[in-house]
Amino acid sequence: MSAATGEHDWTMIIDLDRCTGCQACVVACHAENNIATVGEEEVIRGHAMHWIHIERYWEGEYPHVRARFLPVLCQQCERAPCEPVCPVFATYHSVDEHLNIQVYNRCIGTRYCANNCPYIARVFNWFNPYVPEPLNEQLNPDVTVRSRGIMEKCTFCVQRIRRVEETAAAEDRPIHEGEVQPACAQSCPTQAILFGDRLDTESRVANLTGSRRAFRLLEELGTEPAVIYLKGGETYVE
Amino acid sequence: MSSESAAQNPSLVWPEEEDHSEHLLLDPRPVEEMHGILLDAMQRTGRGFWILVSFLGSLVLIGLVGAWGFQIRWGMGVAGIRRPVFWGLYITNFVFWIGISHSGTFISAILRIFKAEFRRPITRASELMTTFSLLVAGMYPLIHLGRTWRFYWMVPYPNQRQLWPNFHSPLMWDMLAIFTYLIGSTLYLFLPLIPDLAMARDHTKGWRQKLYRIFSLGWRGTEAEWHHLKLAITIFAFAIVPVMFSVHTIVSWDFGMTMKVGWSSSIFGPYFVTGAIFSGVSAVITVLLLVRKSMKLDYFLRAEHFDSLGKLILVFSFAWTYFFFADYLTEWYGGEAVGQQLLTLQARGPVAPLWYLMLVCNIAIPWLTLWNRRVRRSTVGLFVVTLGVNVGMYIERYIIVTGFLTRNRLPFDWGVYNPTIVEVLISIGSLSAFILFYALASRIIPLVPVWEVREGQISHTLRRIGRAMVPSVADLD
Repeated sequence: MSAATGEHDWTMIIDLDRCTGCQACVVACHAENNIATVGEEEVIRGHAMHWIHIERYWEGEYPHVRARFLPVLCQQCERAPCEPVCPVFATYHSVDEHLNIQVYNRCIGTRYCANNCPYIARVFNWFNPYVPEPLNEQLNPDVTVRSRGIMEKCTFCVQRIRRVEETAAAEDRPIHEGEVQPACAQSCPTQAILFGDRLDTESRVANLTGSRRAFRLLEELGTEPAVIYLKGGETYVE
Repeated sequence: MSSESAAQNPSLVWPEEEDHSEHLLLDPRPVEEMHGILLDAMQRTGRGFWILVSFLGSLVLIGLVGAWGFQIRWGMGVAGIRRPVFWGLYITNFVFWIGISHSGTFISAILRIFKAEFRRPITRASELMTTFSLLVAGMYPLIHLGRTWRFYWMVPYPNQRQLWPNFHSPLMWDMLAIFTYLIGSTLYLFLPLIPDLAMARDHTKGWRQKLYRIFSLGWRGTEAEWHHLKLAITIFAFAIVPVMFSVHTIVSWDFGMTMKVGWSSSIFGPYFVTGAIFSGVSAVITVLLLVRKSMKLDYFLRAEHFDSLGKLILVFSFAWTYFFFADYLTEWYGGEAVGQQLLTLQARGPVAPLWYLMLVCNIAIPWLTLWNRRVRRSTVGLFVVTLGVNVGMYIERYIIVTGFLTRNRLPFDWGVYNPTIVEVLISIGSLSAFILFYALASRIIPLVPVWEVREGQISHTLRRIGRAMVPSVADLD
């Protein structure tokens, strides 16, 4: 259990042994965060806007090929390369929550952050979002709809984090384990994605952080990501 | 007579036979005649000139109003940039035009400091290029922005958002450096212009005279005025040189400060500065050749000047090659997987044809031709070589910006980039804007600093020593 207010170290664990590459997290993320869907033509032009994407790697020679799946989202780096390069503080670090915040209203669209992200996890609004009636009814009221020319990325569903924090503070109780669930974790059928506060030493997230299988993506760059992957016997990515 | 013996044996030419009049500074003409050459050229606006102006004007309208407006209306998606190539032709153009802007200051300030006499007739024309290419370059960060209409959020001023810009960002350094350079180089263009504007004021009528009267600031040519002007020019010449170096260094840091393989390199600063001067001085030659041809300034712009500039190009081709090689070899021996992929991309990948063309334009052609005095003095030859250098330098920036972005650490994030018609139209529009500005300015601003040429002619004399005529120079300071 972690306190409702004050410092949190939000952490995501992705168990590559469990990931089947079903893309349910991608769909859930689109729905939760009002991410624009751009259509087939624009996806071919490289304008797809997934905040989380499943990287698929083939291994071996035919017919002995094996697919490996690597879900990649914003790694919420502790030392994020995207932050210092933004000239207008549209991306900055929340020291208390250990989150990498993107302020849409400040963004002027230099796209410098996207170039400097070693995970290419950032997403740009190439056009205004197209939301025909009645799909506008399903937009999430907790999340801004972004216009063209703005950078965005995975927020760890910060709107859900806020809601849980505020509820817990109002009820004057700590935040329970598993109470905060980002859309991707919630929708994962194999529960490959776990989310929690690492400062809560009892939590599953805190336990798995020290796992023998734990590794961080491109760890050698020193970005200190908050997303921790668990490599499996078969789904091992170096 | 000696001419007879010279005909029999050319090596026995007496020194007094040597023709010194090919040197501008040893071929003085009456001052009114020199003024006349310049003012005639400025006031000559034939039909061809206006056809050129309207042609360029329509290209500017199509590119910078039409295509850019279209992009602002619909979004950056109309350009070819895509994941993971978030920077494309606009940043390439930006770096290219900033590079061109290094021409003027280099030729004018550095050569003035070192008292290179061949600079005298060409300083103005190259300083003018600096100002206009900076204006064109300055447009590109705006064109490149996703929300152009919010560009002023990068400007530090007390605002309702209660937010200063982030001075950790190389883009902020960039903006400050470019503004400093633009202001500094414009003042540096203006100062030596004052006596020439005053000259034009005294020789013209009508709107021209009114215009020159305002901008010549009441110049009368007194001893005190000259003293102050010389002092101011000297201060600016020394001050603008470090600014020039800082500008392209900081542009290179937009890349060098990132974590991108291929970009993150400590050699980028001097590498880019050298490349900028290389392409800038080449552009000066290209423009001067066109100016000489179209404005009939053969008296001022002579083979000797192009000869000296050609040598500069050769030297900077050597320097650029040195940095290019150092950067390439380090990447190669580093052996990092992504770095190797970048080398493969250049040698055998989609950008390979461009890469080899760059090597031909920047290394092979200058090295094979410019050692030859005849090439350096030929209009067509030098025109082709210098135009080629700028093609090569454009390709260099294109590969560094867009090519390197297509290769990333995780192989899933590899991509391709092809510019769209919108980007191409905007690029053509900005090139046209530069030529248009320059063409219009060439009819308003005296393109040759007559007073500097005269100053040189007064200090250069031929003295008879024995049977020889020896050129001698009086040091002015």
